[in-house]
Amino acid sequence: MTRVNLALLAVLIVCALSLVTSRHEARRLFVELEREQGRTRQLETEYGQLQLEQSTWGMPARVEKIARENLRMQLPPAGRVEVVDVSAKAAR
Amino acid sequence: MTATAFKRADASAFPLPRLRAPAVFGVLALMFAGLLGRSLWLQWVDNDFLQEKGAARFSREIELPAHRGRIVDRFGDALAISTPVKSLWAFPAQFEATPAELTALARTLETTPQKLKARLDAADDYAVIAKQIPPETAAHAMALKIKGVNEQNEYRRYYPGGEVSAQIVGFTGDRDAGQEGIELAQQEWLAGKTGSRKVIINRRGDAVEDVASIRTPQAGRDLALSIDSRLQYVAFRELKAAIDKHNAKAGGLVVLDVRTGEILALANWPTYNPNARNKVERERMRNRALTDVFEPGSTMKPFTIATALETGKVRPDTVIHTEAGALTIGSATIHDAHPAGPLTVEQVIQKSSNVGAAKIALSMPAEALWHTFSDAGFGTPPRTGFPGEVAGRLRPAKTWKPIEQATMSYGHGLSVNLVQLARAYTIFATDGELKPATLFKTDGPIAGRPVIAPATARAVRHMLELATLPGGTAPKAQVPGYRVAGKTGTARKPEGHGYAAKYVASFVGFAPASNPRLVVAVMLDEPSGGAYYGGDVAGPVFSNVVGAALRMLAVPTDAPVDNVVLPPPGSEIREET
Repeated sequence: MTRVNLALLAVLIVCALSLVTSRHEARRLFVELEREQGRTRQLETEYGQLQLEQSTWGMPARVEKIARENLRMQLPPAGRVEVVDVSAKAAR
Repeated sequence: MTATAFKRADASAFPLPRLRAPAVFGVLALMFAGLLGRSLWLQWVDNDFLQEKGAARFSREIELPAHRGRIVDRFGDALAISTPVKSLWAFPAQFEATPAELTALARTLETTPQKLKARLDAADDYAVIAKQIPPETAAHAMALKIKGVNEQNEYRRYYPGGEVSAQIVGFTGDRDAGQEGIELAQQEWLAGKTGSRKVIINRRGDAVEDVASIRTPQAGRDLALSIDSRLQYVAFRELKAAIDKHNAKAGGLVVLDVRTGEILALANWPTYNPNARNKVERERMRNRALTDVFEPGSTMKPFTIATALETGKVRPDTVIHTEAGALTIGSATIHDAHPAGPLTVEQVIQKSSNVGAAKIALSMPAEALWHTFSDAGFGTPPRTGFPGEVAGRLRPAKTWKPIEQATMSYGHGLSVNLVQLARAYTIFATDGELKPATLFKTDGPIAGRPVIAPATARAVRHMLELATLPGGTAPKAQVPGYRVAGKTGTARKPEGHGYAAKYVASFVGFAPASNPRLVVAVMLDEPSGGAYYGGDVAGPVFSNVVGAALRMLAVPTDAPVDNVVLPPPGSEIREET
């Protein structure tokens, strides 16, 4: 009888300790998860800002302004355009 | 013995009432029963309520905002994008700051301590200190560790396209919910689901420990529109330039892909900046090309001619007598702006003769005309997926009087919106098929609904090409390197019971004429800078937009680059309506 009781006591202690460990582990993992989620949020923020920056810098209006004013580019007038027919050349 | 005797004598000396002991016992037992019952009640029956109350003391559910999906153009460039921002708030009762701290906070937030103080004093229980500021600024402010200042995560919507695509995209209002345009129409698709998180808080209300995440926030989905940002910009730029030049009140421009029916560009004026719309009148927010109607005028003539060709009443070379430019029906008279002699059906389109169109229309039953108009999409909303689009007015043929049948042949007495008009022209740009117009990106060619016979479509296409050549009404619509086709409109605006001396100048056309890729419709409302003819005002806009668009889309040229021939000054053919 006593032996059975002792064995059960040992089992109980093991269970109790494992409960403590798993609770602790759960807490630790949750904290880690939170930290990673925080990082996700932070990276998302950065990604969003970069996307915004990209689309703002890449606005056609801005590109056109720089091309015209800084780089002094312009559309060639009709007289200075020559159309090359690739298919005709290939056939020849 | 004596003790016992004494005890007895003692007890008998002070006799107790017989029921006292049981009574006391009973009362005590009752009290115990009461306590026991109460504790049982608390433990089992009332448990939930108490648990809740207890939890309310130390745990809080924090709402986690979800990321709203982006709206992108057909190439994935953002037109609307949400970025996380922070708002700072405080309960004024808990806010404690030394003057130095307040000054530091004000400096971080780029405001003055006085303004901050006023903001806190004005609120009773909840004061917003800073609304939607960049996360870095918020981090600086929080680093000051001022008592009572809290931060909150939010999203702010930015519109990189600004005024260029404002009316299409729309904007979001309170709580990130769509309020106008596509943002409103596609709210379900774009909006995410907010999540929540449970934390343990201390006496002061600061989160001490996370307990569990109840729901992770679910991000919304991205939405791809049919819009091509580069084309949209060109359309907007050219429309605005024309409106400035001709001092017009408003205007619109639509670019349709002939093969898919996709709207590649849709520009409106007036417009607004959706990123700073505090004091913008609602007037500027309207997507006029879809929500406003106008009397189209001569741009309807090709549909009249197509009907006549279909019914076999005329052939392209049939001669119509234009009665020296005036035709009287009942008590009304129809005029041509530039009277001419006999015209062939082709020339009626080329020179835009009202009398010619009216005579052709009167030779047919009203139902035939109504059928073509209706099948081409007039009188029904274009169903592009935009909220609030209108159907325009096309009355049933039974109610038409002869004079109305005559005026409708050249676009008066009915109303359309600009997208409807552009879409209707797909029947001439294709071999008679009406394509469904859409604002959403689609893959591959979309089959249309046949409206007119291929031979008729080709015949009208040829007439429309003549209209853009010298001798037609729109030589200024020509594009170097490409053959184009289209029709001008110069419609007087209805006012009261008659028509005012105000005009709607328009041009609808497509290019390249040999194998159409794009339909472009331009409309300017009340040009008042002297010129008001569709060919003078809207034609050049068409030319610029189509030229740039075909180049961008790398469409092979179908004409030599020196193909543009303008008639000598003073000999232009002009039309009214």
